[in-house]
Amino acid sequence: MAVVFEKTKMLTDAPYHYCPGCNHGIAHRLVAESIEDLGLTNNVVGVAPVGCSVFAYNYFNCDMYEAPHGRAPAVATGLKRVLPESLIFTYQGDGDLASIGTNEVVHAAHRGENISVIFINNAIYGMTGGQMAPTTLVGQKTTTSPYGRDEATCGAPIKVCEMLAQIPGTYYAERVAMNTNANIMKAKKAITKAFKYQMEGRGFTIVELLSTCPTNWGLSPVESLKWLEENMIPYYPLGVYKDKGAE
Amino acid sequence: MALTLMKGSEAIAEAAIRVGCRYFFGYPITPQTEIPEYMSARMPQIGGTFLQAESEIGAINMVYGAAGTGARVLTSSSSPGVSLKQEGISYIAASEVPCVIMNVMRGGPGLGSIQAGQADYSQSTKGGGHGDYKLVVYAPSSVQESIDLMTIAFDVAEKYRTPVLIAADGMICQMMEPVELPEMIEHKIDYKKMPWAITGEHESDTHKRAIINSLYITVEELDELNERLQANYRKIEENEVRYEAYNLENAEIVVTAFGTVARICKSAIDDLKEEGINIGLLRPITLWPFPYEAVHKAATQPGVKAVLDVELNAGQMLEDVKIAVNGDQKIEFLGRYGSHMPTAEEIYDKLLQMRREF
Ligand SMILES: Cc1ncc(C[n+]2csc(CCOP(=O)(O)OP(=O)(O)O)c2C)c(N)n1
Ligand code: SF4
Repeated sequence: MAVVFEKTKMLTDAPYHYCPGCNHGIAHRLVAESIEDLGLTNNVVGVAPVGCSVFAYNYFNCDMYEAPHGRAPAVATGLKRVLPESLIFTYQGDGDLASIGTNEVVHAAHRGENISVIFINNAIYGMTGGQMAPTTLVGQKTTTSPYGRDEATCGAPIKVCEMLAQIPGTYYAERVAMNTNANIMKAKKAITKAFKYQMEGRGFTIVELLSTCPTNWGLSPVESLKWLEENMIPYYPLGVYKDKGAE
Repeated sequence: MALTLMKGSEAIAEAAIRVGCRYFFGYPITPQTEIPEYMSARMPQIGGTFLQAESEIGAINMVYGAAGTGARVLTSSSSPGVSLKQEGISYIAASEVPCVIMNVMRGGPGLGSIQAGQADYSQSTKGGGHGDYKLVVYAPSSVQESIDLMTIAFDVAEKYRTPVLIAADGMICQMMEPVELPEMIEHKIDYKKMPWAITGEHESDTHKRAIINSLYITVEELDELNERLQANYRKIEENEVRYEAYNLENAEIVVTAFGTVARICKSAIDDLKEEGINIGLLRPITLWPFPYEAVHKAATQPGVKAVLDVELNAGQMLEDVKIAVNGDQKIEFLGRYGSHMPTAEEIYDKLLQMRREF
């Protein structure tokens, strides 16, 4: 029988612990496939965050680190300085990257650190049970913004790609989503591009993936995709924010 | 080999390089800034990496990332910066990653002062970060000893897969002394001895997928980690205790002190000896593992009537001295806070006063 589809060998056989309808699993697969497509299976290290994807080291079938909350870009920096020829990527949620770890990511970008950041923006803290994230939308209810995020006291949600695109050391920044097949294909292209740039020694690359959290959004998987499309994409427009390779 | 006159900070940095450290991550803070400065000039000359991190949090996590490959990695800071590193140190200890951390201690708490201090004894030895972990802690009392301990620190870190802390008080970095540096070695990672090291390779004949991690979510797994760590700490306690015993024979009083304070105590002891008064000194070189047995033995040997503990803090090591002595000897304490070095005369007078009260 002809094989029509094979799971990438960059993913282990460990079953995901993610909730039904969660986009983390799709993002993992896109990252893993990109590594394999680029022929980097024997030359890659990933850095997992603290967040729902804390167990990413069980899923990515390569050397892996589990970093303290928010510190993945610093851990990746140390790694990259010793293994400059290896693909080094971090995989981080929005609490991890855009709240506790802003310092680390901003400075990694400023140094033009030749690493790739895979940034999962689901507008909430998944792992700790649905608290407000720096990316939580204005008016969005979470367990720590029970009346909805109030811009007057909490400020506006952080737009990470827009912010990091301003930094000279950032070579490539793109925001994608995983809500439709077409967008998933685009997301994979973006990840592959970031990794390719890194292997060419171009500098800091980031791909932001808008992602669902049905559990903490209190929606079904299908409703979640719709909510993402109707609420997140208008505030977080998809697209390339910086691509020095295309300039 | 000829002796060279060197400033402590530069001698420490050069010693690290000579024993194979090629990666340094740090952030400026007095009184250790000359270490990163020296590294920034020296590392590029030998193909090494110097990186001024965005913060001490960044620096310790870069150490975590780099040291997981089995490379020899150093970071250095001073008290407030070392407080910031504690989260990372706890992760490094839990992940069993070897590395060397320098704390050139200054006065505290808070921003404190920029002069020498010893008030990070408890932070260093009792686990400054969260969780049940220990650091091997060396307290040099001279520039030469700092250099010698650098070799030992990297070897011990690798032997036991543990972070090692060199807790030097600010004096060490700032003073100049004639020193002998170790020979330059080309350090090669021995993957046979470090099968845990990150290489970027997927499974191959020589390398199994490496995971550097400190998360053990089930009771059983976390128990296993902690039991492994504790067994390792017992081995370290058995094999790695270091101390200096000075003039203990026929001593009437035994002084306990560490770092440069112990050197000042030695001056007082030497002066008293000239007057025919014998005072001994027991100087812990490893603050952890603490030389409990040696302190007890010295404090209770025939003829000893009291112990005097001298520190540049409010009595942090004193607690360990008390545990060591276990009520079998009278203990007095002479403490000054950070920046306020006790003089040899003060210690001399205190010892004479104690003698009068026998
Ligand atoms: C220093 C520290 N502070 C807080 C936490 C608790 N914590 C764990 S995960 C998390 C937020 C994760 O949210 P996010 O990064 O958005 O990832 P997600 O779970 O949504 O994928 C927090 C606050 C921690 N582990 N460490
Ligand atoms: S809590 Fe949210 S982010 Fe976490 S696994 Fe479940 S759906 Fe995904």
